[in-house]
Amino acid sequence: MDINQKFTPQTWPKHPEQATLEGKNKLVGLWIFLASDTVLFASVFATYIALKDSGPAGMEFAARDLYELPLAFIMTMLLLTSSLTSVYAMYHMKNYNYSGVRTWMGITVLLGLGFLCLEIYEFYHYVHIGFGYTQSAFSSAFFTLVGMHGLHVVIGLVWITGLIIRNSSRGLNLYNAPKFFAASLYWHFIDVVWVFIFTVVYLMGVLG
Amino acid sequence: MSSVTQKKGFGAHVWDYLTTVDHKKIAIMYLAAGTLFFAIAGFEALLMRIQLMFPESTFISAGLFNELLTMHGTTMLFLAATPIIFAFMNAIVPLQIGARDVAFPFLNSLGFWLFFIGAVFLHLSFFLGGAPDAGWTSYASLSLYSPGHGIDFYILGLQISGAGTLISGINFIVTIITMRAPGMTFMRMPLFTWTTLVSSSLILFAFPPLTGGLFLMLVDRMFGANFFDHTMGGNTIIWEHLFWIFGHPEVYILVLPAFGLFSEIIPVFARKRLFGYSSMVFATILIGFLGFMVWAHHMFTVGLGATANAIFAVATMAIAVPTGMKVFNWILTIWGGSIKVTVPMLYALGFIPSFVAGGVTGVMQATAPLDYQLHDSYFIVAHFHYVIVGGIVTALFGSAHFYWPIMFNRALNPKLGVLTFWIFFIGFHLTFFVQHFLGLMGMPRRVFTYMGGQGWDLFNFISSIGAIMMGIGVIILVIDVLLSIKSEPVNRRDYWGDGRSLEWAIETPLPFYNFKQTPLVRGFDPYWIEKEEGNKEGMVYAEPLGEIHMPNNSILPFIMSIGTMIAAFGALYSPWGDQVQAGTATGAPAVVSLALIIGGLGLTIACMIIRSFKDDLGFHVTVAEIESIEADLANYRATGKKGGNK
Amino acid sequence: MGHETHVEVRTQAQYEYDKAHSRAHMRKQVVNFAIMIFLTFIAFAAVLADFSPTFIIPIILLLAGIQVVLQLYAFMHLEDRSTHMVGVIEFFIWSAAFIAFTFFVAFTTIIWWGNY
Repeated sequence: MDINQKFTPQTWPKHPEQATLEGKNKLVGLWIFLASDTVLFASVFATYIALKDSGPAGMEFAARDLYELPLAFIMTMLLLTSSLTSVYAMYHMKNYNYSGVRTWMGITVLLGLGFLCLEIYEFYHYVHIGFGYTQSAFSSAFFTLVGMHGLHVVIGLVWITGLIIRNSSRGLNLYNAPKFFAASLYWHFIDVVWVFIFTVVYLMGVLG
Repeated sequence: MSSVTQKKGFGAHVWDYLTTVDHKKIAIMYLAAGTLFFAIAGFEALLMRIQLMFPESTFISAGLFNELLTMHGTTMLFLAATPIIFAFMNAIVPLQIGARDVAFPFLNSLGFWLFFIGAVFLHLSFFLGGAPDAGWTSYASLSLYSPGHGIDFYILGLQISGAGTLISGINFIVTIITMRAPGMTFMRMPLFTWTTLVSSSLILFAFPPLTGGLFLMLVDRMFGANFFDHTMGGNTIIWEHLFWIFGHPEVYILVLPAFGLFSEIIPVFARKRLFGYSSMVFATILIGFLGFMVWAHHMFTVGLGATANAIFAVATMAIAVPTGMKVFNWILTIWGGSIKVTVPMLYALGFIPSFVAGGVTGVMQATAPLDYQLHDSYFIVAHFHYVIVGGIVTALFGSAHFYWPIMFNRALNPKLGVLTFWIFFIGFHLTFFVQHFLGLMGMPRRVFTYMGGQGWDLFNFISSIGAIMMGIGVIILVIDVLLSIKSEPVNRRDYWGDGRSLEWAIETPLPFYNFKQTPLVRGFDPYWIEKEEGNKEGMVYAEPLGEIHMPNNSILPFIMSIGTMIAAFGALYSPWGDQVQAGTATGAPAVVSLALIIGGLGLTIACMIIRSFKDDLGFHVTVAEIESIEADLANYRATGKKGGNK
Repeated sequence: MGHETHVEVRTQAQYEYDKAHSRAHMRKQVVNFAIMIFLTFIAFAAVLADFSPTFIIPIILLLAGIQVVLQLYAFMHLEDRSTHMVGVIEFFIWSAAFIAFTFFVAFTTIIWWGNY
């Protein structure tokens, strides 16, 4: 594969992300990794569900009074929208429009950053009112589960930012197309996990 | 360019192995590292057996005994059996499917180094204040309160090496899915490739719960979280679930490739097509699936309730069905064959009855009421050693003899091989057969000594004699390996004369790109088909001779693994650790601890960033170079001299 | 490996057809997005509306399930049958989902000592 091969929209393959064997490997590998990550999240999720009502005798904070739905709703909207913007980026990649890819991926990063800031604010707020990591089994489980998702967001942000910086001046080719596609798949996966977090942690937490 | 023609110094060789991404060299490193840890864990077992040889023995102390039994189990499963199986997977699977390398050569190397560094980290515990002592299962109710840093070494060491294993598993899955040669459809894949695929899928799904569980225990012990601490609302049973969700599939992760190896050995020496190929594939997948649905049979006595126990008992018994299918298929492959009893075949013949014995006692324990009697007794020890030694270790020893010619271009001595087999096999049955009865007589497992006069003395003595015999068998095998270094090179394809699958169609020593042209697979047992048709090349090709694209070597995987080790030391000496605050373990100042964690992980992340910012496109081997390498190899095979062609 | 790269020049007509097709597909994606937003809205509204939890919990779990399937098949392109080895990928993803489901069942039923 010649990395410097220049394309026109007409010679650009219909599936640029899987035009090379490396690209195919990368995508299958990422999917397989996501399957594995699903199980990792499932085990922490299951632990959270088992521990969500338990703490030491006289525990102050119960899920019911703790969570604030408006904040969770805004975070959900930010992440869902960022999922759509990364779909737009992939749409432009198929059309060999690099500036489109860069713009939409950039917007994805901004939305992700917004999500992350809100999450940090939320954690800060909880710690501030006395709901710390070591407070109870429930608090440990909550911070571990949501924090693990937050860590995935950070990794996704670093990954996408890195891709944008690395490829800012060289445009699309068959070497970096699978990389962009893989990063966008990973970003969607973060959204998939969040769907369960807002349902199981926040909504079911408020229901009690 | 050619690896055959270069004369290299020792340093260059070390550098070559540190940076290699070649699946054949990584296989050799896995084999060497696995053998090292196998020897260590075997030595630990011998110490325990010597202690138990006589009642009320004072050979080793109770505390040391706990450390030995923990390290023996942990090391044997994670750091000996797994890497040796990975060695055969790495060496053989790409050849069996007609690939030039694995899908992710860089990750392959990273997987090895993470495993190795994690293993070394775990073993450093012996020198840094005591090894883990809560058993290989490390139940939270014990391990949370274990003083010192032993358990911390267990958690962090397994976390690192588990990450390596997971990475290797993903790599094998993708390799088998996407890198098969033209014509190698799923239902033409050799059984070892199939079992590698299923076993890697089990790794894929079983290691995350372990990673999760270990992480919870890590934050519990070192950063004050409360997952398993009942005074803070935690629940120690969660650890048991997470551990066994991992732990039960782990058994199948190890035993399925062993099944695959025997499914390769038996048809070659029975000189018959494998009986019931598609039912073997089906049974493999079914065992993999059921392996996930039975974890709670390790927890019958926890008190999950009658309903849960009944469900898991039935599911456990169901596994006997596909396993039985496999056993019958092996027997029917041998049946009516023209059998050659070579060393690998001897191991296969020894394996079938030994493994069946282990399987049958497994079904006994699946009966929940009986398990209440057998739980935590020597019967359990006898059972799982019959499965692991009778099933997995025999497979590893047998396939070492079987695949040595491909991996090293040397053959192991058959006379010493037969000697090893008999001493090891008899020693194995002596050791573990009597332990069934010890268990039924009421001897609990994991005790460091016992009173005389309970009728246990003789059987314990016999058991220890058997263990010593097993040790002697392994020493003879090691001598055999050392002698093979100086023996005549094999220099041929199809060492055993009856090879069936693609790996036997290539002449040893192998060039680094394996196949100069990608083979075309025309059916199951492709090499057999070509032999039947009198094809002297051993294979037909799917493409003309052309440029070969190969990956570059890299030192980054090694540095990344070192980074995780540095971070692990930071977490280990965290000043917030339960045991540090209780004063039973030493902690570092917060600054030092955090600096090590951030610095170590930072090093790893920096390597990842370098990796993604520096384009790694690999290199191309031109047709002229391929022809020169092939001529060199042919000359070497004919004259025994390297590089005579230049 | 290099030899597996196929680059072919599309005809103008094919190129324009593909482009129009991909634009239509993008419109569908926006509709999918709208559905997801709508489902999220219903889930939050249902919780705020203060119905009985035994009624709402199954519904919001179902909504989450639908959203995840939409994400996987629409946004993550699993519906595109020309994706390399898409059947195998689906098998692995659904196996993971099934295993995750068994964890949920186990950890909500048999984890506790005292409650049953």
